[in-house]
Amino acid sequence: MSFWNEKYECMSRDEMRKVQSERLIKTVNRVYNNVPTYRKKMDEKGILPGDIKSVDDLKHLPFTYKQDLRDTYPFGLFAVPMSEIVRIHASSGTTGKKTVVGYTKEDLEVWSEVIARTFTGAGLTKESFLQVSYGYGLFTGGLGAHYGGEKVGATVIPTSSGNTKLQLSLMQDFGTTHIACTPSYALYLAEEMEELGIKRSDLKLQAGIFGAEPWSESMRKEIEDRLKIKAIDIYGLSEVIGPGVACECEYQNGMHIPEDHFIPEIIDPDTEEVLPEGSKGEIVFTTVTKEGLPLIRYRTKDLSSLNYERCECGRTEVRMSKVTGRTDDMLIIRGVNVFPSQVESVLLSIGETAPHYMLVVDRKDNLDTLEIQVELSTAMFSDEVKKLEDIERKITKEVQSTLGISAKVRLVEPKSIQRSEGKAKRVIDKRVL
Amino acid sequence: MLVQQISVFLENKSGRLAEVTRTLASNNIDICALSIADTTDFGILRLIVNKPQDAEKALSDNGFTVSCTDVIAIAVEDKPGGLAFVLEILQDNAISIEYMYAFVGKTGNEAFVILRVENPEDALRTLTNCDIKIIPSEKIYCNVK
Ligand SMILES: [Zn+2]
Repeated sequence: MSFWNEKYECMSRDEMRKVQSERLIKTVNRVYNNVPTYRKKMDEKGILPGDIKSVDDLKHLPFTYKQDLRDTYPFGLFAVPMSEIVRIHASSGTTGKKTVVGYTKEDLEVWSEVIARTFTGAGLTKESFLQVSYGYGLFTGGLGAHYGGEKVGATVIPTSSGNTKLQLSLMQDFGTTHIACTPSYALYLAEEMEELGIKRSDLKLQAGIFGAEPWSESMRKEIEDRLKIKAIDIYGLSEVIGPGVACECEYQNGMHIPEDHFIPEIIDPDTEEVLPEGSKGEIVFTTVTKEGLPLIRYRTKDLSSLNYERCECGRTEVRMSKVTGRTDDMLIIRGVNVFPSQVESVLLSIGETAPHYMLVVDRKDNLDTLEIQVELSTAMFSDEVKKLEDIERKITKEVQSTLGISAKVRLVEPKSIQRSEGKAKRVIDKRVL
Repeated sequence: MLVQQISVFLENKSGRLAEVTRTLASNNIDICALSIADTTDFGILRLIVNKPQDAEKALSDNGFTVSCTDVIAIAVEDKPGGLAFVLEILQDNAISIEYMYAFVGKTGNEAFVILRVENPEDALRTLTNCDIKIIPSEKIYCNVK
């Protein structure tokens, strides 16, 4: 059994609460004094930093929403001067304004630390070769995993995403032992290996750390069977820090959260009440060590639950269950966040009114597929096939350029998409998770 | 001189065409000619009927996406070269055809050809000048009767 930071990973619950309380108080002071948005939010609730005496008082603090990041774009929630920010990442901004996150030197240390913990839990050591096949760039996946791997002391191979043949040949030549990528890419690698006749014995792969998209237990089993590796689930979101907000240990039974950095709560998304241990609800995070962009009670919109029992691995850190859904209608398709409203605005740009539409998500050959069904209106209709195909092409192209994913557009007859009396149902997700 | 054609959008799923014909029948509308252009996902049904306005209303009342377009109906000799002769005239006059389909009437040795062009009025003039026999809508409708 190996730990990266045994002191914190195996701390008693009481000690952990003490650490969290001290750090929370500091963070609340920092945001109250340095971030106008937080000062305003706390003033409105009539809470002063001095009212927060321990982690028990967390529930009195205001929530932070993604919208707060957008409203203060780009740097408005930062709690340090820009001279101390050494790195910036950003979301693709497909749902409107980009959200920007900034890191101080110390924040990058924390990030590497939490990933080093998770990678160690997955079996990574100084002797390991880690291939990072997450995209490098504004997306936090690539660089996050990269620095974490270096922190452990492994030999990091920064292949980034794509160019699968090269990835596979490097994997053979360098003796890659660990890979970090999306689970669907792992399966794609398995297929390519079979295609190219690369035998499992040509590879030294031991484990993979997979995240950035939802995946199922059956998918885990498939990856493990086909690649003959241990498949470890990692969770993260750039607002909190990036990958490494939670990760499984070798027992693969819930993802440990480094609670000395990120305090999780489960709330009822409607009443906003904190739910008792074990309940399923929206997971909310408070960062207590971040300097650049500390977030108080950040609403992730992800549905999960928390398990505080000591894990078989010996860690006392709480474990969060796999995310089972969202409180909003966001879809993750091939790692890209897609909101039906984005498709709606594309459709609006085609005609004068947005037609009824439905997104049908499926998974074929382990890759997500998206079909956009669009009800053809009289105004859009033409008696020429060519003109209707032009409409399909135009929508496909617009979706590709605004959302960054390829979709199949299918024109359907009016009223053929089911109407609902309440909130319109825009998504049929056929993926089995 | 132009003929009104009804076009209907159809998804490629079973029963849709039957639904259209049922709707027309129950409204006492006669189909004189039809053609279907299809892709993998959808088709466009083009119809010449005796009561185009009624047909358009009946179909759209039944939830179909319908449009009405002006097309030209001409008569060509029902023998080899009959159609080629007309097409040459159109080509010589730089009139491009969006689509066309033919059907045979109940009398005589003429075939009827429906032409859809960008500018039907211009095409009509050209064809008349070249002595191509244009069939007015009334004639199309009663010919089938
Ligand atoms: Zn564990």
